[in-house]
Amino acid sequence: MKRHFESPIVLLGARLLSPYIMVFGWYVIFHGHYSPGGGFQGGALLAASVLLIRVAGGAHLGNLQIKEWVNNPIAAIGVLIYFGTGLVAALAGGYFLDYGELPIPGVEAAWLRYIGILIIEVGIGLTVMAVLVMIYDNIVTGEDND
Amino acid sequence: MKALKILTLVFFAAVLIYASLDLPYRGDPGNYMHAERSMTDTPVKGSYFIQEAYNDARTPNMVTVVLGDYRSIDTFGEQVVIYAVGLITLLIFKKRRRDKE
Repeated sequence: MKRHFESPIVLLGARLLSPYIMVFGWYVIFHGHYSPGGGFQGGALLAASVLLIRVAGGAHLGNLQIKEWVNNPIAAIGVLIYFGTGLVAALAGGYFLDYGELPIPGVEAAWLRYIGILIIEVGIGLTVMAVLVMIYDNIVTGEDND
Repeated sequence: MKALKILTLVFFAAVLIYASLDLPYRGDPGNYMHAERSMTDTPVKGSYFIQEAYNDARTPNMVTVVLGDYRSIDTFGEQVVIYAVGLITLLIFKKRRRDKE
């Protein structure tokens, strides 16, 4: 098996690019109301920024950024954000996932739907990011130890 | 045998190209999917989404409103499917590693 080969130039390029890709991922998630984008696309970009460090620096360096065991809880939290938003709206007197009934005082129903869509997009983005990183981590598990 | 495969591919390509000639022109406002009433004279849901998406959710991007509000349960299902995919890779590859050790 090929040994892991470290190149400082590749690592420096990855370190330079990774934060910008992550910021652009959050931009795509939060700007999904006004331009093409949303949770799925932004989550894929967030995963790209995390995976870039893992590909360039190996598992040890990648674990300094986001630890391997954190992926599964983050993905579950993303699902729970979405489900919890729907459940809160249902408990507040509306239908399941009817954001117009969210209990935020002083905001009219149309703007409540705006906020509700934003919350669930963040949940989708977290889940997509964590699952893509989780797939990569599970596939390459043990490669560095051989 | 290889000639037969190539002929089959060419035949299917010809069928698909011939079928695509009958598709309506993209962006033509006279298409059926852009009409207020469908062929069977029932109201089309899409025209409601186009007219009322901004008033319902104050979001200029119509696609986001359809994905996040009108069809939010569908999107929730998609998210659960993605999470299930992650869990399945966890199960499959963890098992393989345990066998190797």
